[in-house]
Amino acid sequence: FSASFLWLPRFHGAIAIINDTTFFIFHSNMSTIISNTNTFGMTDYEKRLKPGEVSTGTTIMAIPFEGGVVLGADSRVSTGTYVANRVSDKIAQLSEHIFCCRSGSAADTQTLTDYVKHFLSQLTIETGRQPTVKTAAHLMRRLCYENKDQLLAGVIVAGWDSVEGGSVYNIPLGGTCLKMPFAVGGSGSTYIYGLIDSEFTPGLNAEQARTLVKKAVAHAMARDGGSGGIIRTVLVTADGNDRDYTPGNDLPYGPGGY
Amino acid sequence: MASSGSGYDLSSSTFSPDGRIFQVEYASKAVENSGTAIGILCKDGVVLGVNKPLLHKMLVPGSSQRIHTVSASSGVAMTGFIPDGRQVVNRAREEAANYKETYGSTIPPKILGDRMATYVHYFTLHGSLRPFGASCLVGGYDEVTQTPELYMVEPSGTTYSYYACAAGKGRQPAKTELEKLDLSKTPITCEEAVKQICRIIYMLHDESKDKPFELELSWLSEATQWKHKGVPKDVIASSVEWAKAQLEEEEDDDEEDGMEE
Repeated sequence: FSASFLWLPRFHGAIAIINDTTFFIFHSNMSTIISNTNTFGMTDYEKRLKPGEVSTGTTIMAIPFEGGVVLGADSRVSTGTYVANRVSDKIAQLSEHIFCCRSGSAADTQTLTDYVKHFLSQLTIETGRQPTVKTAAHLMRRLCYENKDQLLAGVIVAGWDSVEGGSVYNIPLGGTCLKMPFAVGGSGSTYIYGLIDSEFTPGLNAEQARTLVKKAVAHAMARDGGSGGIIRTVLVTADGNDRDYTPGNDLPYGPGGY
Repeated sequence: MASSGSGYDLSSSTFSPDGRIFQVEYASKAVENSGTAIGILCKDGVVLGVNKPLLHKMLVPGSSQRIHTVSASSGVAMTGFIPDGRQVVNRAREEAANYKETYGSTIPPKILGDRMATYVHYFTLHGSLRPFGASCLVGGYDEVTQTPELYMVEPSGTTYSYYACAAGKGRQPAKTELEKLDLSKTPITCEEAVKQICRIIYMLHDESKDKPFELELSWLSEATQWKHKGVPKDVIASSVEWAKAQLEEEEDDDEEDGMEE
């Protein structure tokens, strides 16, 4: 009889995993609970969304280039197997030159976006200048981390500022904040890591970045049930933002475009 | 300048008939009784200096600092009631730390100055509180615009951005000297500024009348990677030597002029 034993500080206790379906939880006040709920095999999303809650099972992406960033996302919002919205906009504007891609619970990410938008506008008034992408990412991360128990949100904050130019910050579940040369997220992202790793090079220009984003999201949409619809992209530069969408029958890769 | 408050000066929540709040003006008087503080905005940074009179012979040199670091790249020099100044500096440190925690980047000097001004001003609004009797010179580096900036926060809560500013006992002659430097048109380097501050402070010091003093100097510049630091002792020593030599020259010039007449 052997078990793997893990101390979980945030739960003030320890978990001993016996087999696939049975584990003990030891709580610091010495009561012991045995649980045999089999949640292995469920995705994080399924375990943590409330019944009926709308999920942006998603593919989102952002690639920076000299002078700005490209953000891209699919447009499917699902409740279980029902597609609640097939043309949703998962790229939200946080400030004039900063956007974020949303994945996870739609309610959570919309609220987070609203808060960050509010804080950034207050900061803009106080400082008299546009906020940096680092600041927006930091604010988002603080909200995600401090409320990590209640939230299911993976966001990518990307935009342009006068200090760094184009930059991309990935903030997955739990509230890490990582500045990256490119970022992907959402349920569909797992299917396209290989594609992006082979196609991405640093030093892409705006058009190349946009083409890569569309191609990668199209591939993810072809394989991930949680992603689909149209591909929305936003090109952010110092001069302004360019919103674009690729209709579902015109995808670079998919049932129509083999 | 010195008009009697006569009844309208008992509380900072009272205006006088000619629209003044005497308590705030009296607070500024408290600053004018204290050692001179000078700040200079340079082309490559900010230099702050304070004349600290040594009131007792038994004081350990270097204690009771007048210049404090508020964030890695901001410093505050104060003059006036030192305990009051310390309170403002502590608040400034909280504001800077809070800004960094919330927004993830160093507080811009303008925001720091604004926050300190708001805090100081608050104490001029209440009958149950007295205004701070200290002026603070705030030097900092703005990471976004990549420029150094200098602000002064007065007991009334007024804050301006300066090329150079002075507060304390010798502020009027100090301001005259600083204006002569014409810093808006011909900015100087930090090393030059250290020399000038030494010269002005020594010029204002009257050997017979004033107590002996310690000169506190700090700077933040490209050379310090924009970190607020004390000016090294050897730099101060050489600048003081230079300052004393300059002042002797000027005295000699004056004597010569006198003899020609």
